[in-house]
Amino acid sequence: MLETRPNFDRPDESYALLIKAHEGLSEAESHAMNARLILILMNQIGDHAVIAEALALARNVRAAT
Amino acid sequence: MRTPVTERYPLAFRLYPYVKSPDQTAVTPIRHKVVVAGGGPVGLATALDLGLRGIPVLVCDDQEGVGLGSRAICFAKRTLEICDRLGAGGSMLAKGVQWNIGKVFHDNRLLYEFNLLPEDAHAFPAFINLQQPLFEKFLHEAIVKAQSQGAPIEIRGSNRIDAVVRHEDHVTIDVMTPDGPYVLEADWLVACDGARSPIRSMLGLGFDGRVFEDNFLIADVKMKADFPTERWFWFEPHFKSGDSALLHKQPDDIWRIDFQLGWNIDRQKELKPDNIRARVSAMLGPDVDYELDWCSIYTFQCRRMEKFRHGPVLFAGDSAHQVSPFGARGANSGVQDADNLGWKLALVVQGLAPDTLLDSYDSERVYGADENIANSTRATDFITPKSAISKLFRDAVLQLAETVPFARTVVNSGRLSMPCTYDGSPLNGPDVASFPARTRPGSPCPDAPIGADWLLRLLGGNFTLLAIDADVPTTFSACGIPLSVLSVSGRDNKALGERYLGNATSAVYLIRPDQHVAARFEHFDEEVVAAAVGRAVAKDVVDA
Repeated sequence: MLETRPNFDRPDESYALLIKAHEGLSEAESHAMNARLILILMNQIGDHAVIAEALALARNVRAAT
Repeated sequence: MRTPVTERYPLAFRLYPYVKSPDQTAVTPIRHKVVVAGGGPVGLATALDLGLRGIPVLVCDDQEGVGLGSRAICFAKRTLEICDRLGAGGSMLAKGVQWNIGKVFHDNRLLYEFNLLPEDAHAFPAFINLQQPLFEKFLHEAIVKAQSQGAPIEIRGSNRIDAVVRHEDHVTIDVMTPDGPYVLEADWLVACDGARSPIRSMLGLGFDGRVFEDNFLIADVKMKADFPTERWFWFEPHFKSGDSALLHKQPDDIWRIDFQLGWNIDRQKELKPDNIRARVSAMLGPDVDYELDWCSIYTFQCRRMEKFRHGPVLFAGDSAHQVSPFGARGANSGVQDADNLGWKLALVVQGLAPDTLLDSYDSERVYGADENIANSTRATDFITPKSAISKLFRDAVLQLAETVPFARTVVNSGRLSMPCTYDGSPLNGPDVASFPARTRPGSPCPDAPIGADWLLRLLGGNFTLLAIDADVPTTFSACGIPLSVLSVSGRDNKALGERYLGNATSAVYLIRPDQHVAARFEHFDEEVVAAAVGRAVAKDVVDA
């Protein structure tokens, strides 16, 4: 079951870290880093059903709101 | 005007030269029980399986033997087990090159290596490499041996099927020979006539799927090299001979090399020996001496027929389904088709099962084909990403794989052929949920040592009641089918215990003639087991 309620320890710090991690990268490098990050986080989740839910939410978020 | 029979390709072995048959001068067409179209691996395996069961079978092939060129080279454990049941496994194993280790490279970096068979106590290895002509020759040798022992198998070379007309309970077949045309009839026709299946076209049947826009160059080279006997796969190789490359050893100092060339290529130019040599030399290095043995450029499709059974016509192997070569799922799945079809067709011909049993050939092997197509499509999408974003993720996986273990599980250079488990098959009977999952109904029986012998050899090719430390009668038949009874002990037999008992101390298995599990029980109960046999032969009502 995908967690859609707040689950961050420190939401502002985590978000800032994400933005900072991309500093100084070209757009192509940023895309490549994002791809690696997605794979790392997918493995962290592990559960195929949760990954499927996350992908569906990401793809359809505009339609849902 | 009919075209004469011609040799479409050079032969590696002329195994069944044309001989005029009395059928050709018969006044009325001769009716055969089963005609098999095509003498490739699937046609030969089908004929051998039927013949060993005493079913008269006629193979018509438009050539007189086995075509040149190594083509399919990786034969999986399940294929070897099936061929062993058919009498050809031993010679294949003796000649084939055994390998278990695969290495995956990106550019010039080793990403990781894998071992295909981390489990011991199997009669056959995970894979052998063997040129397709030798695989077919060994099947043919087994046919010759079976014939000498009375198996009713006939092979007619230079007998080309030109027309098939389907009737409700038989087919009429126009055959062309060097002596001109003749007409045959058959109760059943098994079309093993390859990916371009003329019979599929004659019956106006579709073959839908997906074409992959890529070309692969196969170069079989002969060399005395000291590369280890392993499968080496490169993504974006440093030697720049293609977008990916594969190196694999075959018997007789032959090495298979595959280069991914991309879509827009000049085929004639790429096939020029000098151009092939440039690629091979870049890969092997300047000091390696080799000869080109056989070269070919191929493209591939993933597609299948909607149904594999069309009344009295059954499609098996590449005629029914086609996959990319990544994963060695072509010939291996075709042999599984033959394995699935042989016993069913035999029981129907003998009048021991209704012809609806053959509908389960369709449902089980369509299920298998879909599994193979899904696996080979995923491998192909990884090896040849179809979009910029797909390539971005593929490259990210490769980048991570060198140092981060989880990413190696996503690297896909072909998921190698595993036998299909027929979950949800209408033939499956009762299960005991606490028994091991790998031997649930629908599963191919995993092998295990039994004394000095092997379980699969002892199972053979009949319906078998397998009792593990359980009481069963010494003889048993159901639905008019006599079962073999095999009693073994799981005590002091770790492999058998793990694979068939789990935490239980005894078990009774009903095994199908293709060595898949039909049902399993805690105890033998005559009525319950008989009902499971009935279900496994598509009989709703068990005969008294």
